[in-house]
Amino acid sequence: MLFSVLVETRLRPGIADPQGATIERSLPHLGFDGIRGVRVGKAIRFELEAPDEASAREHADEVTQRFLINPVIEAADVTVSVVEAV
Amino acid sequence: MAVRIGVVTFPGSNCELDVVEAVTSLGAEAELVWHADTSVGEVDGIVVPGGFAHGDYLRPGAIARFSPIMDAVRAFATAGGPVVGICNGFQVLTEAGLLPGALQKNAGLKFLCTTVALRVETVDSALTEEASVGDILRIPINHFEGSYTCDPETLAALRADDRVVVRYVDNPNGSMDDIAGVCNEGRNVVGLMPHPERASHPLLGSTDGLVLLRSLLVRAGAAVA
Repeated sequence: MLFSVLVETRLRPGIADPQGATIERSLPHLGFDGIRGVRVGKAIRFELEAPDEASAREHADEVTQRFLINPVIEAADVTVSVVEAV
Repeated sequence: MAVRIGVVTFPGSNCELDVVEAVTSLGAEAELVWHADTSVGEVDGIVVPGGFAHGDYLRPGAIARFSPIMDAVRAFATAGGPVVGICNGFQVLTEAGLLPGALQKNAGLKFLCTTVALRVETVDSALTEEASVGDILRIPINHFEGSYTCDPETLAALRADDRVVVRYVDNPNGSMDDIAGVCNEGRNVVGLMPHPERASHPLLGSTDGLVLLRSLLVRAGAAVA
């Protein structure tokens, strides 16, 4: 089966996010008021062949934990969906 | 016999020859070790130099930590051999788990290229044995992701074990506790963001990095004997 994987990475709570802070500071100058708590992360998408959804998820989680995030400063949400059920 | 220093070179490293020049000027021999090699050869010490290994894609050091040479670097470090990571090399060693913590984007989001003052905090490390606690060293920094970060437990352990090797006198990048460099529990693996090799000749504006590099060579020589 072919699966589509979306890994959304974010900085852990309490880890400084200078990109988010810079965006947040610039918003009022552009006329966007009332926005706070801006945090910047990454979205990484890929496709994955696996026999079933459970093993696809296990594989995607392992790739995420070992490589796509640095667990010292980052966390991630992993979404797995079926592209082709052969 | 002269001490031999292996300088690990990844695609995108750019300070390897500066390190070779600096340690050679102190009487050591130096050789470049390619990232795809699986052995560091007959070396007495290892430097992981600065640059942008593998383009810094994903995160600085994230891909470099999986380079074949890193297993040999890990084995060398585990056996007690001195390993120093400078700038991007520090980032690689944290990603590889050889040093605690992580390097985050600078507070203020500026790429910093300047000379800073560092305070030597311990002489019990492979990079500071020849220095004295309290020495103030003027050494260049050149980084975008140099803000040292770790969890509170790790920070407490670093402080309790005297493993903060150098601190910034005037914190340029938002690093926790002004940390510019740390060492592992064995004190043979050291990482720091500033570049001692760029403060190794009067023409470079400072020779304050020499005491650090000399410390590495002394430790590497001791490892030989």
